[in-house]
Amino acid sequence: MAFKAAVLVFPGSNCDRDCKTAVETTVGGKVDMVWHEDTSLPSGLDLIVIPGGFSYGDYLRCGAMASLSPVMQAVKAEAGRGVSVLGICNGFQILCEAGMLPGALLRNAALKYVCKPIELTIENRNTRFTSAYGNAKSVWMTQGNGDGNFFADEATLKEIEDNNQVVFRYAENPNGSVNDIAGIVNTAGNVLGMMPHPDRAFEQALGSADGAPLFHSLANALQTA
Amino acid sequence: MTTASSKTMAEKALEYGLKADEYQVILDRLGREPNDVELGVYSVMWSEHCSYKSSRLHLKKFPVTGPRVICGPGENAGVIDIDDGQACIFKMESHNHPSFIEPYQGAATGVGGIMRDVFTMGARPVALLNALRFGEPEHPKTRRLVEGVVSGIGGYGNCVGVPTVAGETNFHAGYNGNILVNAMCVGLADADKIFYSAAPEPGLPVVYFGSKTGRDGIHGATMASVEFSEDSEEKRPTVQVGDPFAEKLLIEATLELMASGAVAAIQDMGAAGLTSSSVEMAGKGGLGITLDLDKVPQRETNMSAYEMMLSESQERMLAILKPGREEDGYRIFRKWGLDAAVIGETNTSGHIVLKHKGEVVCDLPLAPLSDDAPLYDRPWVEPAVEPELTEADVPAHDLNDALLRIISSPDEASKRWLWEQYDRHVMADTLSDSSTGHDAGMVRVHGTKKALAVTSDCTPRYVQANPYEGGKQAVAEAWRNLTAVGAEPIAITDNLNFGSPEKPETMGQIVRAIDGMAEACRVLDFPVVSGNVSLYNETNGVSIPPTPTVGAVGLIKDYDQRTGFNRVQPGQVLILIGETRGEMGSSLYLREVCDLEKGAPPRVDLDVEKANGTLVRRLIKSGVARGVHDLSDGGLLSAAVDVALASKTGLQLKNPTDLADHVFGFAEDQARYLIAVDEASAHLVIAQAAEADVPAAVIGVAGGSDLSYTGLSLSIEALRKAHEDWLPAYMAGKN
Repeated sequence: MAFKAAVLVFPGSNCDRDCKTAVETTVGGKVDMVWHEDTSLPSGLDLIVIPGGFSYGDYLRCGAMASLSPVMQAVKAEAGRGVSVLGICNGFQILCEAGMLPGALLRNAALKYVCKPIELTIENRNTRFTSAYGNAKSVWMTQGNGDGNFFADEATLKEIEDNNQVVFRYAENPNGSVNDIAGIVNTAGNVLGMMPHPDRAFEQALGSADGAPLFHSLANALQTA
Repeated sequence: MTTASSKTMAEKALEYGLKADEYQVILDRLGREPNDVELGVYSVMWSEHCSYKSSRLHLKKFPVTGPRVICGPGENAGVIDIDDGQACIFKMESHNHPSFIEPYQGAATGVGGIMRDVFTMGARPVALLNALRFGEPEHPKTRRLVEGVVSGIGGYGNCVGVPTVAGETNFHAGYNGNILVNAMCVGLADADKIFYSAAPEPGLPVVYFGSKTGRDGIHGATMASVEFSEDSEEKRPTVQVGDPFAEKLLIEATLELMASGAVAAIQDMGAAGLTSSSVEMAGKGGLGITLDLDKVPQRETNMSAYEMMLSESQERMLAILKPGREEDGYRIFRKWGLDAAVIGETNTSGHIVLKHKGEVVCDLPLAPLSDDAPLYDRPWVEPAVEPELTEADVPAHDLNDALLRIISSPDEASKRWLWEQYDRHVMADTLSDSSTGHDAGMVRVHGTKKALAVTSDCTPRYVQANPYEGGKQAVAEAWRNLTAVGAEPIAITDNLNFGSPEKPETMGQIVRAIDGMAEACRVLDFPVVSGNVSLYNETNGVSIPPTPTVGAVGLIKDYDQRTGFNRVQPGQVLILIGETRGEMGSSLYLREVCDLEKGAPPRVDLDVEKANGTLVRRLIKSGVARGVHDLSDGGLLSAAVDVALASKTGLQLKNPTDLADHVFGFAEDQARYLIAVDEASAHLVIAQAAEADVPAAVIGVAGGSDLSYTGLSLSIEALRKAHEDWLPAYMAGKN
């Protein structure tokens, strides 16, 4: 069965096409672009992607306004039914603001926007997002943000760690994220939020193809479902 | 002192930047005094920035046509054919004066403005570049300006979502009073869906869309047309304020509007805002235009007609729609949350008529605005040029020390501190950028095997020493940088930055630099398709070094064949293509190591450039050239450091000539490339070069962990430290 994905588009999203291309290039299938004002999503989705960018210009707080967009109700409903949701960069910020993931993303510790290749260790290989990484110790993607500093209070952090919700950690923390956390999954394991961009690391020409297995993992999960 | 109300129109004309004789032309043509609004219109349209009155005569020397040129200068940006029914639209523009006054917003709006020039023609922006020239590091303003400009470029470009992939940054005391911020944008369009600005017919609705109009930037164009003095700080209100989120919405809305088929003509509101767009659109179409200013979306209360016409509020477009298509427009503008209004219509009057609060506040015939625009043939003198140097003029020096000094010098040092603040990867098509070890930035043409190679180049110290040779060199270096990554150089956009054209010495620099550039464009088949001129870059009578920045674009037909210098492997043989005679005049070695700024700049033999580059491109295409780096500032040894750091390998080099070691190592002879080939191919390459009559010599091999040469041995680690440490330490206030 062909892979079906939807990429949300908010005013100010700018990695939406990147996410579409990443999915099409790695696993193929059909990718719909869904405007933030739509109140329903296409049926039979295997993946909902919340792309990076500066939705609403980062006004108020990054992702705050987007998290209240009409489409997010449908996203929460689908997530509740177990559909995979991947939030990248601004998408991660939106998921936290929407309460679909714990914690929050704060201003980078050095207060500057930073764009650089980033090495990540894979902390949980048993998620539907990471099963295709095999034994790879670490992977390379790129990071580009000014507000990627993951924070959770002590109690929440303990829960995240105890539940093995950390999926990726920075090999060298670029922004002050607590416990070097780069990406986490919800307790149900179907919603992943990450600051680095697998949508910029899905083929060698771009400098790294280490983002591709993430999409392959999701496609594989379908076949075994 | 006369109050505003008691000033005569003649006095106001001078205040608005017009000269007395220019004002006389207006009086003669109109047959009456213009009113305040009309004077405002004339003053911005006839400002240097908008009319190019001092440079237009000489800009005509540029070759502007070619087999791939779809649209040359005269439109919002230049358009070139990149095969398969696709076009690339690009331009570079300056935002020098605003950036000096308010660095963050000046730089940010520079980026915003140049993007609009590109997407107003139907192209989605796909790459940004910038060429920055700051004052000397020791100058008290420099750090703050660097901080502000870089933040502004990153803050705007990153939010809009277009990668900033290349550029250059120089520091020199000559820019202490006037920094330069040149921003370039490259976009992609379908060749049969290019949008122009000329109004095609009368009776069409004129639609304003984007952000509301406020009082920012009034007389921005005039401010950019005069020198700075002590009280320039008070010019702060003339700096525009940008909103990249609004720009992103504007890009999407504009492209959607164009795709809907509703657009007849369109232009962005840039310098001189609503005035220039309405005047130019109607004027180019040979028509007239009437605007009702009451309909203009306003951000502030009680704006006067004058203020609305001269405001340079950002993120605004003026579109002329096909009849009855207003609803299509409104639907799209509502979707993207943009302000919009039909504010007028085109007609056959040949006039620009502005109405405000029930009155006609401006009624000017359009033809004279462009026909009578001042065109100056300003007096100029042949520039004094630096003499050729002899060997005695170039003292030898410890080579380890010399190289470390050069690669840690402000011009040569790693600019990582800077470009790590730019998103270089958004749009997921970036193949190379400032971080990767390539001579040009490269972005894929989305969904195809093609790529665009882009670069920005100029060596101001060469232009200072000899404007004609320096002008040639800027074009030649851009051509070389594109060639070195395997691209076919197609066309350039020129951004000329000079002092006051009213000084014959400066005018001489302008004339001769243009002559040199034009010659290079002609011989290299590298036409100018767009450009910008920024004059009056001087403070208290001190002019900047002449800086004709060249932005260039090339096409790579199969990006799997691209090359850089980041994959040089141990064991590969290093071959130097091109002759080294030992050109040390105005070199970095002389300046950074010997503390001398003198000597004729390296000669540029354009036929040799062509021959050498053609060979290099052939070697790349055949796959034999595994690494390629063109030589420029700091000569061979500086290029070798770039290769060593990017490829993470040592290099062992030798001097096969009779030249002194420091000369062969640091000379800045042009038309040269350092290439790395597999050992087995070396003899083949030498033979091919000989056949093409191109000098080529094996000068070393890659391997080990040191860069070594006669009298020089430095570890890669020492090189990295020297190259990387200067800028971050400087910005942290530590040096």
